[in-house]
Amino acid sequence: MILRLAFRSLMARALTVGMTVLAIALSVALFLGVEKLRTGAKASFADTISGTDLIVGARSGSVQLLLYSVFRIGNVTNNVTWESYQDIAARPQVDWIVPISLGDSHRQFRVMGTTPAFFERYKYRGGRSLTFGAGQSLDDLYDTVIGADVAEALGYALDDPIVVSHGLASFSDHDDQPFRVAGILEKTGTPVDRTVIVGLEAIEAIHVDWKGAAKRPGQTTPVEEIRQMDLTPTAITAALIGTKSRLDIFGLQRWINTYRQEPLLAVLPGVALQELWQIVGVAERALIGVSAMVVVTALLGMMAMILSSLNERRREMAIWRAMGARPRTILGLLVLEAVLMAATGALLGALLLYAGLALARPAIDAAFGLWLPIDPPSGREAFTLAVVIGAAALSSLLPALRAYRLSLADGMMVRT
Amino acid sequence: MEKPALSLSDVTFAWPGKGGFSLSCPAFTVAQGERVLLLGASGSGKSTLLSLICGIVAAESGQVSVAGTELGSLSAGQRDRFRGEAIGVIFQQFNLLPYASVADNILLPLSFAPKRRDRAEGAMEAEALCRALDLPDGIMDQRAERLSVGQQQRVAVARALIGAPPLIVADEPASALDASTQERFLDLMFAQVAQAGSSLLMVSHDARLGARFDRVVEIDNILQAQKVAV
Repeated sequence: MILRLAFRSLMARALTVGMTVLAIALSVALFLGVEKLRTGAKASFADTISGTDLIVGARSGSVQLLLYSVFRIGNVTNNVTWESYQDIAARPQVDWIVPISLGDSHRQFRVMGTTPAFFERYKYRGGRSLTFGAGQSLDDLYDTVIGADVAEALGYALDDPIVVSHGLASFSDHDDQPFRVAGILEKTGTPVDRTVIVGLEAIEAIHVDWKGAAKRPGQTTPVEEIRQMDLTPTAITAALIGTKSRLDIFGLQRWINTYRQEPLLAVLPGVALQELWQIVGVAERALIGVSAMVVVTALLGMMAMILSSLNERRREMAIWRAMGARPRTILGLLVLEAVLMAATGALLGALLLYAGLALARPAIDAAFGLWLPIDPPSGREAFTLAVVIGAAALSSLLPALRAYRLSLADGMMVRT
Repeated sequence: MEKPALSLSDVTFAWPGKGGFSLSCPAFTVAQGERVLLLGASGSGKSTLLSLICGIVAAESGQVSVAGTELGSLSAGQRDRFRGEAIGVIFQQFNLLPYASVADNILLPLSFAPKRRDRAEGAMEAEALCRALDLPDGIMDQRAERLSVGQQQRVAVARALIGAPPLIVADEPASALDASTQERFLDLMFAQVAQAGSSLLMVSHDARLGARFDRVVEIDNILQAQKVAV
């Protein structure tokens, strides 16, 4: 009965109550949405590379190594010599090793030289392999496999010619040696989508006539001649390593990190990802803080709304008192009202989130390669909703206590 | 000997704070089933007296008993419960929760008074009272704010009488009505109070109503009220 009356009372003030509930709903949807994005981004981030036990590069920072070798962000400061690479590859713990050579670009996308083994060894999202949406792996020297985003952004199809540019932002093209699109990868949501992959030898081939950053003037070695040359590289950028046993990882890492001929660095991708996420995490926490403040604002709005309604409801409270309600019941009634509003708002917010998610999911996936799962609310989300409702009850205590005092003083007669 | 529905003896009370209002009531009794009209202008201390009788405030000294229960022996919360059980209250106007249905308004006091709820026959009794008070059929589900003032006052009577509490306190219940409906309203109210066997204590400034009552009491004769000097 009391619950029904509280509900009726709210319905009688439908407009202000509706606004308050809407504010709570939007803030809850925002908070849960940010939370959803955050966990989604974190999961997709952690899923960027898996199945690789160690990443090796020239000695720098582990985050930097991860950034350029996996995310293709930032510049490579130093290379790993081919001799060192072979030394590492010869270690008994090494099950497989895939070299990576970076430095060139095609339009806004990075070009990566590697071996065909890359397509077997690179795993993402908990062990998923790269699959070809069209065409096949590298075969000819001038074959290239492009990521899904590259194909889409530049409108490439199989067998289209591609000219690789020297460096990352230069106007000098390797236009004497065009590549052919041999394969297009399925979308993965990883940086591979934004990569143009060529053979390791091809990287050597296009630089035959180059010395440093400039092309040697006057010389153009014919393609036929290049095909006959020994295209073993002198240096690579980094390498992905799989060990025979997980127990070998640390031994091999120590061996590489103390390699005397050249300063090298080996990192565990999982650990480096974690470190990187900690840096990104500051922004993440700030985002959560802001959306939490929005929830707090909505609850403050509700508190103000209840407070301002008290004066016109003194008559109503006097009726309750006359019927035998204690001041405590009046207090409970107002808290109940707040809880009803917050619960409605929280539920509505969750619904809004799911509706928004269902609508925006394809767009988010297309734009950011972020596939947000639509799961039933997790325990954490249920907990968040409970906290919002609890906070509403708590914040309603201020107006409720005021109502308590008013109804104590007024009794059955409203004195104004 | 039957216990009186209401008895006050040697009661003193002062509102807290400076410039407060204080009163004393040496003796006042309403017998069971008796109908008493209390005549007094506003400012005569009637609100304070009603608050004392209904247990909203406690007397500083002396005794206030309703249906044999000494209110001074109860805590504030117990007095609230007791009010729900033993007293039906009718105000001058704005008696009802505007957003609630007539049925909910009538049944509201029962949710604070388990014994009275056991006595009452719930919605059936509420409906019977509405019919007896000449309220139209199908009014039970209407929202109280849709009703005319006269209808609202009659619903308030039904609410006060449900479960037949021993004492009905009515504070100028007819003064918001125009003269023609006043008579009719009082007829209906008296009939139902008699039916329930409750005592009626009605406060008014209108001496013409006196004929209907067993006894008419000038409030100044039982109450000494004064402003406390600052």
